[in-house]
Amino acid sequence: MLEQQLINALTLGSVYALFALGFTLVFGVLEVINLSHGAVFMVGAYAAITAVTRFHAPLGVAILAALVVSGLLGLTIDALILRRLRARKAPHLIPMIATLGVTTMVTSAAQGLFGVEVQRFPEAMLPTGEFVFGEVHLRTLELGIVAVAFLLMALLFGVMRYTRQGRALRAIAESPKAAALLGINVEGLFMLTSFTAAALGGVAGVLIGLNFNAVTPMMGAPILHKGIAVVILGGMGDIRGALFGGLFLGCAEVLSKAYLSSQMGDAVAFGLLFLILLVRPAGLFGRVLERKA
Amino acid sequence: MAAFADFWATYSTLVYSVGIHALLALSLWLTLSCGLLSLANAAFMGIGAYTAALLTLNLHWPFPAALLGGAVAPAVVALIIGAPTLRLSGVYLAMATLAFGEVTRILILNLQITGGPEGLNGIPLLTTGWHIVVILAVAGYGLARIRRSRLGRAFEAIREDEVAARLMGINVESHKLAAFTLGAVLAGVAGALNAHFTFFISPREYGFENAVDILTMTILGGTTSLIGPVLGATILTLLPELMRFLHAYRLAVNGLILVVVVLFLPTGLWDARRFRQLLKNRRARKGGQP
Amino acid sequence: MSLLSIRGIGKHFGGLQVLEDVNIEVPGGAIFALIGPNGAGKTTVFNLVTGLIKPSSGSIAFEGRDLAGVPPHQITRLGIARTFQNIRIFPDMTLLENVMVGRHHLLNYGGLALLFATPAFREAERRSRERALELLSWVKLDHKADATADNLSYGEQRKLEFARALATEPKLLLLDEPVAGMNPSEKAVLMEEIRNIRDRGYGVFLIEHDMRFVMNLCDRVAVLNFGRIIAEGPPDEIRTHPDVIEAYLGRGDEAEVS
Ligand SMILES: Nc1ncnc2c1ncn2[C@@H]1O[C@H](COP(=O)(O)OP(=O)(O)O)[C@@H](O)[C@H]1O
Ligand SMILES: [Mg+2]
Repeated sequence: MLEQQLINALTLGSVYALFALGFTLVFGVLEVINLSHGAVFMVGAYAAITAVTRFHAPLGVAILAALVVSGLLGLTIDALILRRLRARKAPHLIPMIATLGVTTMVTSAAQGLFGVEVQRFPEAMLPTGEFVFGEVHLRTLELGIVAVAFLLMALLFGVMRYTRQGRALRAIAESPKAAALLGINVEGLFMLTSFTAAALGGVAGVLIGLNFNAVTPMMGAPILHKGIAVVILGGMGDIRGALFGGLFLGCAEVLSKAYLSSQMGDAVAFGLLFLILLVRPAGLFGRVLERKA
Repeated sequence: MAAFADFWATYSTLVYSVGIHALLALSLWLTLSCGLLSLANAAFMGIGAYTAALLTLNLHWPFPAALLGGAVAPAVVALIIGAPTLRLSGVYLAMATLAFGEVTRILILNLQITGGPEGLNGIPLLTTGWHIVVILAVAGYGLARIRRSRLGRAFEAIREDEVAARLMGINVESHKLAAFTLGAVLAGVAGALNAHFTFFISPREYGFENAVDILTMTILGGTTSLIGPVLGATILTLLPELMRFLHAYRLAVNGLILVVVVLFLPTGLWDARRFRQLLKNRRARKGGQP
Repeated sequence: MSLLSIRGIGKHFGGLQVLEDVNIEVPGGAIFALIGPNGAGKTTVFNLVTGLIKPSSGSIAFEGRDLAGVPPHQITRLGIARTFQNIRIFPDMTLLENVMVGRHHLLNYGGLALLFATPAFREAERRSRERALELLSWVKLDHKADATADNLSYGEQRKLEFARALATEPKLLLLDEPVAGMNPSEKAVLMEEIRNIRDRGYGVFLIEHDMRFVMNLCDRVAVLNFGRIIAEGPPDEIRTHPDVIEAYLGRGDEAEVS
């Protein structure tokens, strides 16, 4: 049934978009392909589930906990690693490898701390409401996920558009050197970006954990691949593109799983991605960058 | 002698793995030496492994012929996808090759002939230690020769400044394609060798994580000479064994090492230039004494 | 017949018209200078000649052969070499390797010769190394042949780039501000070197800011202003040309006309 599938697609797509937004923000501002974004996402999910199971926190507080914990993790990664590499003007490959190392560390630590088994939110905590329109079932849980994702994204768009910090960030994305000359505190905004991006990623982790009610140490890897796909679709560093790309990938995935085989869905997504990179490296929705002579 | 036999019985697999990983790290070293950040080498390894395994399993080809097949198939694929892909540079190339790697893995996962998610079982155990040693030696020799020729200089020139290299009369596109394809050949051979000593292969072994492992070995060892990648492969293959006592936290050490190397030893563990500099300094100090 | 003919070239980047109907005839065996204020479009002319960018209109011919559609590396092989305004050496390679890269297309041994280090391979590499050392000694850098290029001073890097360009055995050498950042004695040495090159039959086409340098050295001068050639002729004529004085003095930024 198409309508039902579209609801699933919207739910998944909005979380992909939220995840990809942080990823693309870091690329746009710091020019770093942050491969630890998937691990941060997983940490967010564990932060929430720990808040719920150990401290009996309500769901809203758990989401807030995820936001703070993963945001701080992002900040730590920036302060300990990315900042040094920036100071050294290391080539692109280097921060990418460093964040990969972080992923391995964090994932392995999570396995040690929480075990490899799937952890679940207690069923009683999850909203069970359901709206029925004809044959379409709209669960409150899904509604909540979409609402939280869009709320945070709207918040980010608002900040980028209307605040001084947001304008400064866009100036940095254009040219860090020029921004520094304008008296913008570039280092401070880099750290703010790292925090914000990781916080968004962490919340995305909780939302996915709630959606499938499953949290594992390995959950960061597939979402990272999808995040990369979304960012390529939307244009690297383009935050509006990340939103469209996320929704698009959500649809492509849900629909191809429903109407093709479940695995071929991913093959179609990545095949498409590969083609897009060849034809339009700036992304489907991105501006085409002029090649420098 | 008996002690050696014991040691070999316990650790031969590990030694084989070191050799194969070294070959993989060298394959990426070649690609990187031309400035191409490619994450496709795990996929090329997979293509080589499946091709060779299918040739011995289904067509009963002799092992050398199957190895050759395992080298040629990834080369053909590299030539086909290379021409359009290598127009991209930097992170875009990394992303495109990552996407290619995923497509390859998912295809292997879904095709009938590759045995789907279960992979291929019962591959004859034809790889011996000698095969690995000889092939590694030949590869090392070949790469060393390339380094000291117009080809190696052209690769390095392209890596350091593509425009300047072009205006030195170097056909940048064809050299990039050559580096990419030769890298695919080495990765394919490594895959073919690996398939014929593990008995069993599955799509899981050729995904993003494996591409990253190869990258890690190469960067850890250092790309300024051929010794670096071999050293990196050796360390990262043996390390998990040495760290067994850490149980679940074992991999965390890998990650930590990677971060520490990137932060504090940007040119990797083995940097020929750094060593030369150290040697010079010491000599200078000695010369200064009466 | 002139060595290089630039005919009716126009170039725009998006809406920005950088060159308009530029005609230049560069003779062989002579030193030809292109001068003009910053941003006039001089480097763009070099980028067009070397094939890095394509002209919006007009044509370029080298030794009578149309260069349209010829890729940059082929243009180099036809006999045009250049240096860059903001030096582009290979920083992690040694000086010797830098220069030997320039001999890439002159070393045509095959893959097998390379793998087995055949006598032909060794001989070709040896000759190439000797020539590279000879070129390094021309620019007085042979004593640093095995140092890496990033250790060089600014002026030395320019000289290395010069040697590397000569290594391609060009018929025409394009020099983009070759003495920028050099001290007077280094300038004098390089000037002598450029004359030597000319006397060996090479054509030299250079861009320069330093008017005294240009007037002393060059056989012919063309002046580019806002993408148009406003004067062309021997140095004495250019020095007194009213439009040229206007172009330089009017801008107030390069009052170097002596
Ligand atoms: N690749 C390019 N894209 C856009 N504009 C360019 C490009 N190259 C040069 N320009 C512009 O063309 C003009 C002429 O530049 P250039 O040829 O470098 O001047 P000159 O060498 O005479 O100082 C400048 O305004 C410059 O900004
Ligand atoms: Mg210029």
